[in-house]
Amino acid sequence: MAKLDAKIPEGPIKDKWTNHKNNINVVNPANKRLIDVIVVGTGLAGGSAAASLAELGYNVKSFCFQDSPRRAHSIAAQGGINAAKNYQNDGDSTYRLFYDTVKGGDYRSREANVYRLAEVSTNIIDQCVAQGVPFAREYGGLLDNRSFGGVLVSRTFYAKGQTGQQLLLGAYSAMSRQIGKGKIKMFNRHEMMDLVIVGGKARGIISRNLITGEIARHSAHAVVIASGGYGNVFFLSTNAMGSNTSAAWKIHKKGAFFANPCYTQIHPTCIPRSGEYQSKLTLMSESLRNDGRIWVPKNMKDVEAIRAGSMKPVEIKAEDRDYYLERRYPAFGNLVPRDVASRAAKERCDAGYGVNATGEAVYLDFASAIMRYGKEKAIIIHEPNASEARIQELGKKVIEDKYGNLFQMYEKITNDNPYETPMQIYPAVHYTMGGVWVDYNLMTTIPGCYAAGEANFSDHGANRLGASALMQGLADGYFVLPYTIGDYLANDIRTGEVSTSSAEFDEAEQVVKERLNFFINNKGTKSVDHFHKRLGKVMWDKVGMSRNTQGLKEAADEIRVIKEEFWKDVMVPGELNELNQELEKAGRVADFLELGELFAKDALDRNESCGGHFREESVEPDGEQKGEAKRDDVNFKYAAAWEWKGDPKDAELHKEELTFNDIELKQRSYK
Amino acid sequence: MTENGMNLTLKVWRQKSDKDKGQIETYQVKDISEHMSFLEMMDTMNEQLITAGKEPVAFDHDCREGICGSCSLFINGEAHGPDRGVTTCQLHMRKFKDGDTIYIEPWRSKAFPVIKDLVVDRTGFDRIMNAGGFISVNTSGNTQDANSIPIPKDDADHAFDAATCIGCGACVATCKNASAMLFVSAKVSQLALLPQGKIEAKDRVLNMVGQMDAEGFGSCTNTGACEVECPKGISLDNIARMNREFMSASITSDK
Ligand SMILES: Cc1cc2nc3c(=O)[nH]c(=O)nc-3n(C[C@H](O)[C@H](O)[C@H](O)COP(=O)(O)OP(=O)(O)OC[C@H]3O[C@@H](n4cnc5c(N)ncnc54)[C@H](O)[C@@H]3O)c2cc1C
Ligand code: SF4
Ligand code: FES
Repeated sequence: MAKLDAKIPEGPIKDKWTNHKNNINVVNPANKRLIDVIVVGTGLAGGSAAASLAELGYNVKSFCFQDSPRRAHSIAAQGGINAAKNYQNDGDSTYRLFYDTVKGGDYRSREANVYRLAEVSTNIIDQCVAQGVPFAREYGGLLDNRSFGGVLVSRTFYAKGQTGQQLLLGAYSAMSRQIGKGKIKMFNRHEMMDLVIVGGKARGIISRNLITGEIARHSAHAVVIASGGYGNVFFLSTNAMGSNTSAAWKIHKKGAFFANPCYTQIHPTCIPRSGEYQSKLTLMSESLRNDGRIWVPKNMKDVEAIRAGSMKPVEIKAEDRDYYLERRYPAFGNLVPRDVASRAAKERCDAGYGVNATGEAVYLDFASAIMRYGKEKAIIIHEPNASEARIQELGKKVIEDKYGNLFQMYEKITNDNPYETPMQIYPAVHYTMGGVWVDYNLMTTIPGCYAAGEANFSDHGANRLGASALMQGLADGYFVLPYTIGDYLANDIRTGEVSTSSAEFDEAEQVVKERLNFFINNKGTKSVDHFHKRLGKVMWDKVGMSRNTQGLKEAADEIRVIKEEFWKDVMVPGELNELNQELEKAGRVADFLELGELFAKDALDRNESCGGHFREESVEPDGEQKGEAKRDDVNFKYAAAWEWKGDPKDAELHKEELTFNDIELKQRSYK
Repeated sequence: MTENGMNLTLKVWRQKSDKDKGQIETYQVKDISEHMSFLEMMDTMNEQLITAGKEPVAFDHDCREGICGSCSLFINGEAHGPDRGVTTCQLHMRKFKDGDTIYIEPWRSKAFPVIKDLVVDRTGFDRIMNAGGFISVNTSGNTQDANSIPIPKDDADHAFDAATCIGCGACVATCKNASAMLFVSAKVSQLALLPQGKIEAKDRVLNMVGQMDAEGFGSCTNTGACEVECPKGISLDNIARMNREFMSASITSDK
């Protein structure tokens, strides 16, 4: 397996990054002006990378499919960003953040990368504040923190429920400054259609102007892919409608290995689907589980009454409710990690206890928290004899201060008032830990082609902790890539401008044009969405929260059938040389269909349960942990990196063995 | 109303390209659930068009949760439609009733030319940002510790409120002068309120306002319509603050 070298620097873990930075090559400022870098994506990873590379002096070309770089999907992140600042003096440290992330990822990530992430996390906060990012502050004027997802310290920085927006606008402003100076050339409403490799190195891309349809060639000395995650392979997810895998998939087909495609995060608290017309799902931040209690009725007759509309949830007595997380996991209760909470909701709904018409919803109830906060508040304001109604009033105010914007968002969508009746929630696809395989330098298996942010597989193992995707995106773009890419580019100072008049560019352009022509001329009978929805259903039913051998085999077969029909019968109206949103979607769904099959194959291959990947064949047989996920470190302690061989079913597996020198492997227990 | 939902008549702006004149087309949709979002209703209409072999209506959208600022429809004469404090994608069909006729048009402003159907070109906003919507700080691992500059909570909160602008352009679309003052003032205010942003405050306001004028946005006559339609509740106070910043910068600038 000589092909898979993670290039982890020597030395103790805490010195690796510093030593590496001291030892790698740098490009002198005069030479940087002679070097072009393409960055695909303007989310936190791509935006921060483009700005930093331009500040260093490289000529950057930036691409995004939205009408403005500011609209990348990162904008939607709600909860917060982690950093080991230890401002709360609660014992946080680089090591603790490193440890929590490796453990949270169920011991399936690369130690050296995660340590570096924890190490640079503090710089991110300093950088963002210097840019004018308005993080939440305390009355003394210092930065505030909140706690997140089951860890024992308060290390999450936030800007109300809009942390992603504020961080992305920070990166966008840094980009804007460089665009104004001409150091970044911005190509918005442009889609990368393929990667061009010349002499074994990534040397450019083919793009399509989404307004005019024009196909163009762009050359560079290195290409960075920061195109986000592939959660939309499920059709329904919390991702933005345009989020897609195409850029990552295109480089995969040109030689970049794709790692752990089956590692997907299904987030437990999202608004349930309401009908067949549903186009996306909306997240309700994890922070709500600090105060909300999750339950379903104990008795089937109550479930039926609720569904029939003859009973309201508030009418069900406490003893007739099943607070199933508190029952099953007394130590962590409602605050178990995301994967555990999601599977438990599915278990109850599969058993028939779902509380809405579709049978796929559980309650997230704030009534106890309202009473508890109300009583505390009554004492503080010296109203010891406050009536129950008064206590409720006071309690609701406290809840509003904490979660007001989320409650309002919920009410707008469902028309239910969550202060009066419990929220209905259900798990939904949210984030993909898998992605393009990269080494310690974030370089893929194609020389000169890098992957950053959610598009790569690097830091979260089999399960991502809350508030750490934003951290990783900005770490990659601000603090890792700008150094590591220099090491590679130092060999390119004499190359000069890369020509786009070469056989390699000709061929890549030809392939892109043929595919686009095919779609327009196919004149089938079914829309792109028709196929996307079918793919999504197979993925959700058989490659979703709970997976088994038979289902996974069936899934791969069914996806192949859909793929065949898609190529025969897809209907793409409109023309080639104009804004054509169906044409854009067609290309993306074609790639999702291939990725979906590799996804199922990877899930089948990994016959263990770890993090977000749950195999029904791999559960604890007895004892206290009976029925819980069972990891298999003897056989599966590796990252699965797949090499494209012409068809997903022929993909070849390469294993990167993971070694744990600084953290002891343990079972995750939340009982 | 059928048992499956509402029947609606849609009057939709169709325009092949920026060179085309454009016109209203009429479409019927049926069985629209009140729980659908407005854009899901548009999806239903488009699916119907595609199945009939026609071209679907182009419109901008991405996050569908009110934060990316992509969606931008003028519905029955109002930017983002009849509800308040929401973007088009957050508008739900329960705001309409069976038998309604709904007019759906793009943002209309000289500075936002139509690209196709309901999609407009808002890159003028980006160019205003490129002219000065930033603090000039390079990326480095050596910026000072984030807590070394305490910021009064009130200032931080006001800066945050201004910073929640999503750049959707509803303010421009709604203003009879097509002024971009609310958008520009939100960014100017955010940065002027923070100590980090004060150093460049003068140049920033002059450059951003200069670019705003160059883009062909109209002037502000204080009608206040923008604040009403702004989905993020960006306050007119920001415009007042920007006017003060601009005045003092114009007087004292050495440019
Ligand atoms: C609702 C929601 C809430 C979240 N909340 C949090 C949170 O609180 N904390 C946290 O840490 N994480 C959170 N996450 C996860 C986090 O937001 C994402 O993982 C992260 O923002 C991804 O950033 P990125 O830069 O990798 O990609 P993205 O932000 O997805 O950007 C992708 C970019 O690539 C471009 N692109 C894609 N394909 C092409 C192509 N072919 N050609 C040209 N351009 C292309 C797009 O235009 C875009 O600019 C949340 C996610 C969701 C869905
Ligand atoms: S000020 Fe309001 S209406 Fe104008 S762009 Fe910003 S969010 Fe949209
Ligand atoms: S689609 Fe993002 S704000 Fe409406």
